[in-house]
Amino acid sequence: MRKRETMSVLSVTQIATDTFEMIAENSRISEQAKPGQFVHIYIPGHTLRRPISIAAVDPSTASVSLVFKAIGDGTKQLSNYLPGMQIDVLGPNGNGFSIDISEDERVLLIGGGVGVPPMYHLAKRLSEETSIDIVSVLGFQTKNAVFYEEEFNRIGETYIVTDDGSYGTHGVVTDIVGQFTDRTQYFSCGPLPMLRAVKSKLSHIPGKVSLEERMGCGVGACMACVLPTVDNHYKKICSEGPVFVAEEVVL
Amino acid sequence: MNLSVKLPGLNLKNPIMPASGCFGFGKEYSEYYDLSLLGGVMMKAATQFERLGNPTPRVAETSAGMLNAIGLQNPGVQQIIDHEVPRLAKYDTSIIANIAGSSIEEYEFVAASFNQTTDVDALELNISCPNVKEGGIQFGTDPFMAKKVTEVVKKASNKPVYVKLSPNVHNIVEMAKAVEEAGADGLSMINTLTGMKIHLPSRKPLIANKTGGLSGPAIKPVAIRMIYEVRQQVSIPIIGMGGITSAEDVLEYLIAGADAVAVGTANFQNPFVCVDIINELPEVLEQYGFNSIEDVIEKRGITV
Ligand SMILES: Cc1cc2nc3c(=O)[nH]c(=O)nc-3n(C[C@H](O)[C@H](O)[C@H](O)COP(=O)(O)OP(=O)(O)OC[C@H]3O[C@@H](n4cnc5c(N)ncnc54)[C@H](O)[C@@H]3O)c2cc1C
Ligand SMILES: Cc1cc2nc3c(=O)[nH]c(=O)nc-3n(C[C@H](O)[C@H](O)[C@H](O)COP(=O)(O)O)c2cc1C
Ligand code: FES
Repeated sequence: MRKRETMSVLSVTQIATDTFEMIAENSRISEQAKPGQFVHIYIPGHTLRRPISIAAVDPSTASVSLVFKAIGDGTKQLSNYLPGMQIDVLGPNGNGFSIDISEDERVLLIGGGVGVPPMYHLAKRLSEETSIDIVSVLGFQTKNAVFYEEEFNRIGETYIVTDDGSYGTHGVVTDIVGQFTDRTQYFSCGPLPMLRAVKSKLSHIPGKVSLEERMGCGVGACMACVLPTVDNHYKKICSEGPVFVAEEVVL
Repeated sequence: MNLSVKLPGLNLKNPIMPASGCFGFGKEYSEYYDLSLLGGVMMKAATQFERLGNPTPRVAETSAGMLNAIGLQNPGVQQIIDHEVPRLAKYDTSIIANIAGSSIEEYEFVAASFNQTTDVDALELNISCPNVKEGGIQFGTDPFMAKKVTEVVKKASNKPVYVKLSPNVHNIVEMAKAVEEAGADGLSMINTLTGMKIHLPSRKPLIANKTGGLSGPAIKPVAIRMIYEVRQQVSIPIIGMGGITSAEDVLEYLIAGADAVAVGTANFQNPFVCVDIINELPEVLEQYGFNSIEDVIEKRGITV
């Protein structure tokens, strides 16, 4: 049975323009969360919960990190939370990335904007639990939006691209992902147009993509968050995703 | 405290049911609590064939509510009978099947299909979905059509039929009377109110279907008014819904004229909301001087 979950805020830090990292305590979520899974957060005054990916877990301190961009009312409110505050959450929700892959894989991780946090969770877990060769490509709008570069650098070779060229390579992630010809598999999370481009650019290797859609229930009951599949059906992002095998879904 | 209510075909242990479309077929919420605690479960709409629904985004938040344009996505009535009903039937709770269609024939087919199973206790005839192109809302806004589809479904089905009314009408009493005359065993009210929300920077509607159905606390006063008006003129029972989030809300519905209630959008905010309400009800009833649900219904002067 799923329980009522409460996270207790430990810290909220601004790590880039409009981007915040929240560290919060919840032992069950920190023990169980798989990369790609999300928490569905109740923010007082709002009818719908907000889905935010789990960016990292630390079972030793029973804590979870969330990285989010303050774009609207809900996330702005969340960015003002103070240590000690309690948050009502559902989670971990959804199906994450499987880290059960063979040691001779050479993976490519591609994250765009707020698609970077779940990629970080995956990178961290892959590096902790395997010795797989990891290359990461991270795309941001501009220099001031870049976060977690150092954290990714510690894990493996990391390339940053910015839309305006103010930092790293000028362009979008798909401008450079084709260079990594020795890769055997990719994992990606970011805006839909980016995922679409990644999928077509890397169609020669298997890939898994993590998607976003506006949610009602966040648990699989309301059919709000669906994604068309190649066999003319729909899958629910909140419960059957957010991670899907790239070839199985229509982006 | 006795929370039970008897309605045609439904022997509810308490008057709380999750509303159609907000609870799927119960599977997900059964991971949160024992569904046997519920008075009943109103299943997601069933149509003759599988429906894939509308393009996304399908939901948007509004002040004190939300818009949805799911478009009746469901696996089709036979899949529901074969796979969803048996799973729900394991719980000690009533099952109400919500039926929808694009034509009178489709409603008839879906209603008749449920005769295959004794596990479904009643039908909720959805003539009020604002999110499908054909049928749906036409049946729910024209008293002549509403009467006709109710008659056909009553004839096709061996179960009590609750007709779910649309609030998107000028005269709700006229609609309620029409379906009562057609033989409806009860009413279910209300479905969502048609609404729209625009994203200023892009000037685009926030849901792909442009318009959607408004639900949540924002619509509760509309539902209460409509139930109150209908209760004065119609004698069949009413299952009330629209923005219920607390035991106090339930009591307000019962006093206005409802005999049982359904809770929709609130499940999205709090998956335990139905159980929380059931647990809080005795205390709230007592606080306002009632000793059972039947007591509230009697004291408001309505006999079911
Ligand atoms: C599975 C999943 C994981 C996500 N992980 C992250 C993350 O790690 N970091 C992060 O910054 N953002 C993430 N998002 C996006 C995040 O949920 C939205 O930015 C956030 O809900 C916006 O809320 P708001 O109140 O600030 O915006 P508002 O625009 O005021 O919100 C109004 C409504 O729209 C919904 N909404 C708005 N934008 C989005 C969006 N992009 N995706 C889904 N729903 C949206 C809100 O949930 C709310 O219901 C994720 C989305 C999904 C579906
Ligand atoms: C996401 C969503 C899906 C719905 N799907 C259906 C449906 O399939 N059939 C139906 O009769 N009503 C459907 N409804 C309407 C609800 O059953 C209910 O009448 C309405 O939402 C008002 O109650 P609430 O304010 O408690 O949500 C849906 C509502 C929502 C929010
Ligand atoms: S948000 Fe309800 S099914 Fe995904």
